[in-house]
Amino acid sequence: MDQLIEDFSLGLFFWQSLLFICLVLLLRKFAWKPILNSVSEREEGIKNALAAAEDAKKEMQNVTADSEKLLKEARAEREAMLKEAREIKDKLIADSKEQAKAEGDKMIKQAQAAIESEKKAAVADIKSQVANLSVEIAEKVIKEQLSNKDKQLKLVEDMLGDIKLN
Amino acid sequence: MRSTLLIKLLFVTSLFISNTAFASMKESEGEGEKDLKTEITEYIGHHLKDSHDFSLFSIKQEDGTKKHIGFPLPVILWDNGLKVFSSSKFHHGETVAEVDGNYYKLYHSKIYKTDASGTINYDEKHHATNEKPLDLSITKGVVMIFIVGLLMFWLFSSLAKSYAKNGSIPKGIGRFFEPIVLYIRDDIAIANIGEKRYKKYMPFLLTVFFFIWFLNMFGLTPLGVNVTGNIAVTTALAIVTFLLTNLTGTKDYWKHLFDPLGDSMPWYGKIPLYIILIPIEILGIFIKPFSLLIRLYANMQAGHIVVMSLIGLMFIFKSWIGSPLSFGLAFAISLIEILVALLQAYIFTMLSALYFGFASEEHDHAEAH
Repeated sequence: MDQLIEDFSLGLFFWQSLLFICLVLLLRKFAWKPILNSVSEREEGIKNALAAAEDAKKEMQNVTADSEKLLKEARAEREAMLKEAREIKDKLIADSKEQAKAEGDKMIKQAQAAIESEKKAAVADIKSQVANLSVEIAEKVIKEQLSNKDKQLKLVEDMLGDIKLN
Repeated sequence: MRSTLLIKLLFVTSLFISNTAFASMKESEGEGEKDLKTEITEYIGHHLKDSHDFSLFSIKQEDGTKKHIGFPLPVILWDNGLKVFSSSKFHHGETVAEVDGNYYKLYHSKIYKTDASGTINYDEKHHATNEKPLDLSITKGVVMIFIVGLLMFWLFSSLAKSYAKNGSIPKGIGRFFEPIVLYIRDDIAIANIGEKRYKKYMPFLLTVFFFIWFLNMFGLTPLGVNVTGNIAVTTALAIVTFLLTNLTGTKDYWKHLFDPLGDSMPWYGKIPLYIILIPIEILGIFIKPFSLLIRLYANMQAGHIVVMSLIGLMFIFKSWIGSPLSFGLAFAISLIEILVALLQAYIFTMLSALYFGFASEEHDHAEAH
């Protein structure tokens, strides 16, 4: 201990204190403050960047969800439109079928009516021709029969006989 | 102050130098084994002390006188007025320096006022009784403190500038120092002092850490400076810690000091306890920094003694087995000393932070004590 106190150099102590305190003050101003500030600034920056990245990720997820929703809606809409179109198509086909059938029926009816009237006309025509032919045949038969007396009498008798029967 | 270029030059060449210093001892071996041992002991003793000139080695010449290689440093004395002169006037303690009619002599690395013939008077314990003028010389230690200060200032202010230039990204040597700075901030300062108040202690903690570390490392170079192993230096450092601790102490710190039991006891119960407790607490204020200064001093001093003794052993053994063995030992101890250099800087910083933590704590759990 004596030796320690003996060895204690006041000059060195003085210079050490002076230089060390100056060094602390100088370094505080020119080194430690700027270094610590930029380090903490950088750390802050990293923290902010990470937070921003997290936000961006969340936003991205939102956007993806949105677009998925949109896609789903669009798909649903498309399906609905397709369904509607199919219905319209079916209805159109059915309508036109019905219409065609009605038209056809109408035409058939007209045709039938025309055929009927034609038939009637034809029958009337045939009737009149048959009457004429009958008259002509009768004329010819009568003419022949009247040329023979006996035959004329027989005829008259037959006719009379018919009348009686009636 | 000498230019740093010269220092660098000396630094590089000093590897050879330290060997030649011992080689010169080997040559003088004709004087006998005992003389070599005493010489080594004296050399170590001399090395551990501060010196008034930056001597790198000495060569024993043919005629028996020593030739010292190195350069003198300014001597500043306060002896009825400021006296400044070069330490070359002492001729390494061999002659008396005459300044303004006063005579001074260098004896055991200390300056004494003597008469013209340089007589030193001793008391019965063989202590010099001559008058000692106030010695504020720029000694070898002061030169190293100055060099380390300049080095740190250059290193860390350029680091700060590179941060400003590169957008807060470290470059070059900053990549090495930044993790250390961050370690001191996160694991020493914030861990011990707390997030809220650590900032005002940071300049001191960072400076003291690098200061001790660098000086310790310089001590391991063949330059042969033993600054952190000097009690005056460690005392100055510990006093800064002491002042910072007590000047920034909070109300809670002082309350804890003088009322350690708080409200856990009625006042009449506390009185007998406090007769013992308060003196212990007050003693503790001084013991804490005292342990800091002794720990650093003793560790560095012991490291230097061990390494130098082992190197000295090489020249005492002078055999094919002994010398390589002590070389190996010296090498191993030097490696350990590199670790110790860092460790002691860490411990000093860590404990200072711990004391600051005590001083700045604001606790509301007074009952727990």
